[in-house]
Amino acid sequence: MSSLPTTYDPVQDPPRDAVIETRGLTAYFGDKCVVDQLSLRVPRGSVFAFLGRNGSGKTTTIRMLLGLLPPTRGASAVLGCDSRALTPAVLARVGYMSESHSLFDWMTVRQSGEFASRFYPRWQQRIFDSIVGHFRLSPGSKAGRLSRGERAGLSLAITLAPQPELLILDDPALGLDPVARRSLLESMIYVTRGAERTIFFSSHLLDDVERVADHVAVLDRSVLRASGSIETIRAGVRQFVLRFDTPHAPPALPPIRGLLHARQLEHEVRLVIAAPDDDTQRVIRSLGASAVDEVPVSFADAMIGYLGDRGQQGFFLDDAVFEPAGGAT
Amino acid sequence: MPLTISILTGTNVSIYRQIVEQVCAAALAGRIQDDEALPSVRTLAEELVVNPNTVARAYSELAREGVIESRPGRGMFVSRRRQIYSGAERRRRMEQAVTSLVAEGFMLGYTPADIVELVEARTRERPSTTSSKPPNKGGAR
Repeated sequence: MSSLPTTYDPVQDPPRDAVIETRGLTAYFGDKCVVDQLSLRVPRGSVFAFLGRNGSGKTTTIRMLLGLLPPTRGASAVLGCDSRALTPAVLARVGYMSESHSLFDWMTVRQSGEFASRFYPRWQQRIFDSIVGHFRLSPGSKAGRLSRGERAGLSLAITLAPQPELLILDDPALGLDPVARRSLLESMIYVTRGAERTIFFSSHLLDDVERVADHVAVLDRSVLRASGSIETIRAGVRQFVLRFDTPHAPPALPPIRGLLHARQLEHEVRLVIAAPDDDTQRVIRSLGASAVDEVPVSFADAMIGYLGDRGQQGFFLDDAVFEPAGGAT
Repeated sequence: MPLTISILTGTNVSIYRQIVEQVCAAALAGRIQDDEALPSVRTLAEELVVNPNTVARAYSELAREGVIESRPGRGMFVSRRRQIYSGAERRRRMEQAVTSLVAEGFMLGYTPADIVELVEARTRERPSTTSSKPPNKGGAR
């Protein structure tokens, strides 16, 4: 509390204003709830990963953010402007790359850039050329003949060249080979050279997310399950290994608050728990294990805990669950 | 030899922690010279392909721990006074190292006497260059 950071600490410094904010955002397709009361806040300058399994509502959320789909209930704002009333001036500050990479197949790489450049006053040909070069595209190739990774590169170049303040990328790594994936990550890091730039992207590649993101949100079957800085989420998910001596089989598990994942082995039970408190510890001790050890959990395992099926529904983890880390004492 | 950091994802150790530990290790082993600037946050982030905030956070932790210091207008340098860890943390790290050393030794079938002998031989090989102050209890800051 009294610690005075002498250097800039992005984690402990007060949060900046939000470039995306949703309140109770809800979408129904018929009587099927696709996004359920989503309240999300994406701070300016963050690289924000939006995680969730296929069909969890990520793309629908992004479409609502951009005003491409009206929400059933709730509201969202992008760059301070209501999603249902985004003006061309606001949209010009947003770069959006859809899953399908909408390109005109009959245009060459160069022509695609020339065409797109006319819509954006802030278009920087230098950025376009450098991303195209980074993905090793030849300017004369027809868009229709590009590989999946090359199409992603061209889309990315078109999305980045207008120097958007907010970048919304819907699963940009989908179907990319490792080299193209690395180029994508490098491009994303490059974008953050502008300190005020924000990237909001969905992905399934947890290793990539761990590298480039500083914030994550997890959507599980339409419901937001976790949202916050990557360090917070990581520190909040803990793993306990309970060992049982031979004659005693591990008992049936009682309900444990925040349980994300339980794995029963012959003489061992592994529990992945979000934000365990004293109560949780008491429950764990009451199970009669001969030894209880805490084992660190990787970022990917923590996220899989959230995304997997065995978790307990209804537990929410965010920055507010934890006291701010009071320095390294 | 320049500072080389390698980052592994999907492990139990966060990227931020990996940077802190590898810079510490390089500073302790003398792999970074006193007059050699560390790469800037931006440079290191682009080299490692990691979020710049993660690098900034690692540098800020290293500065707080006294491993590196900022020289105005010139960048980040390894601190001249290598007061790397304070009391409790210094002790914790030493115990961790000893625990794994002893465990490895036993696993390989060495006796306690063998282990002590090997450790003694190794410490004689590399005489301590820094004054070995006993850890001051409690003075964590």
